Amino acid sequence: MAETLWIGTRKGLFALRAAGARRHWKLSGPRFLGHIIHHVVQDPRHPRSLLLAAKTGHLGPTVFRSDDRGRSWREAAEPPAFRKAGDGEEARAVQRVFWLTPGHHSESASWYAGSSPAGLFRSTDGGERWQPVAGFNDHPMRPKWAALGTPDGEFLHSILVDPRDPAHLYIAISIGGVFESSDAGRSWTPLNEGCAADFLPDPNVEYGHDPHCLAQHPLRPDRLYQQNHCGIYRLDRPARRWQRIGVAMPKKIGDIGFPIVLHPADPDTAWVLPMDGQTVWPRTSIDGKPAVYVTRDAGASWRRLDRGLPRSQAWLTVLRQAMCVGADGRGQPGVYFGTTAGEVWAGRNAGESWSCLARHLPEIYSVSFAI
Amino acid sequence: MAGCTVRIASPLRTYTAGAAALPARGGTLAEVLAHLEQRCPGIRFRMIDEQDRIRPHMRLFVNTDEARALSAQVREGDTVHIVCALSGG
Repeated sequence: MAETLWIGTRKGLFALRAAGARRHWKLSGPRFLGHIIHHVVQDPRHPRSLLLAAKTGHLGPTVFRSDDRGRSWREAAEPPAFRKAGDGEEARAVQRVFWLTPGHHSESASWYAGSSPAGLFRSTDGGERWQPVAGFNDHPMRPKWAALGTPDGEFLHSILVDPRDPAHLYIAISIGGVFESSDAGRSWTPLNEGCAADFLPDPNVEYGHDPHCLAQHPLRPDRLYQQNHCGIYRLDRPARRWQRIGVAMPKKIGDIGFPIVLHPADPDTAWVLPMDGQTVWPRTSIDGKPAVYVTRDAGASWRRLDRGLPRSQAWLTVLRQAMCVGADGRGQPGVYFGTTAGEVWAGRNAGESWSCLARHLPEIYSVSFAI
Repeated sequence: MAGCTVRIASPLRTYTAGAAALPARGGTLAEVLAHLEQRCPGIRFRMIDEQDRIRPHMRLFVNTDEARALSAQVREGDTVHIVCALSGG
């Protein structure tokens, strides 16, 4: 089966299928034309299966499932939804399903979903029916943890399931911070020590941070990386204090961005895509010269990867789900990203050489690799 | 229980096998939509959120009167219009 890049866009779902050892890619689609596709994720336990988070401009949010590698899709019977509010309670409604994460490998049909406004949901039947995770959604501190939502609402994303323990979870809320549960979501504690929150009146807070993307290494699950609104961080558990590894980035580049992705076989290797976070936060490539940066030593140093990327006047923005690593066990993995201007770029040989796979697509929200 | 006609906006016709109008029964908009949901599973949640509020980009009319809540009355022979309201690109 060909490797596939699933491209979720503001106007539908596209696929790029590889041929010739990933030297050529064929674009197909759109499916769900007119739908806003926030995330498309393959189930590593059942590689023929995918889940997709969608809504349209008019219609409410939902989830679709495919069991034939994306040829056909079936809508969830009960999409993620908050429980009905009681008298005097805040009446929350899911505005968008923003993030999908397959459950632990020992649970063949479990999935998690994160929403905006910040909500956590779980399915135990492969995404057909979703239940609110009351331990988070009804936590008495939740209104304070997620108090500084933007007008678009705060987003719950980066749901991480410890590969050693299905009850050990991390989540991130933008804006709200990183939170950890050791009891399958029944209770949660903030995990933000060491992270900057320069935008807050009091930057030394327990929560209220803005993690843009969180990643856990599958072979060393105690190692977490974070691309935050205020820097790049690493945390090696059981420590609780994040270390700002972005300080090793070139000063003129800084360490602001949305995505961070990891090498599947090397816990010391991570890629980021810096953006301009100066003054009014244009969130574009710095000086119009896009580049990916890689660390091979867990953040002690970073190296620029821009061979093949535009040399000037390229003002790209890459969102947090729109970068991924594709590995098939043969040689170096590929690194891929999609831009809000509808381009998909591939970095062969771990990002050493870049080429554009597709142009003129709608605004790209999600790029994910499937085998 | 009143019989009415529900006119379906085009974004929702994947739930109605392409039908632009369907018969339904109910004395209120809530009952009409519940009847519609039985026939077209999933359609209600795309229009109505989990707190029973009409979604921001949906408009529901009973004949020519906009209904702001699901308690709106529906009478025999009425037409319920499901309208999508979206701006921008």
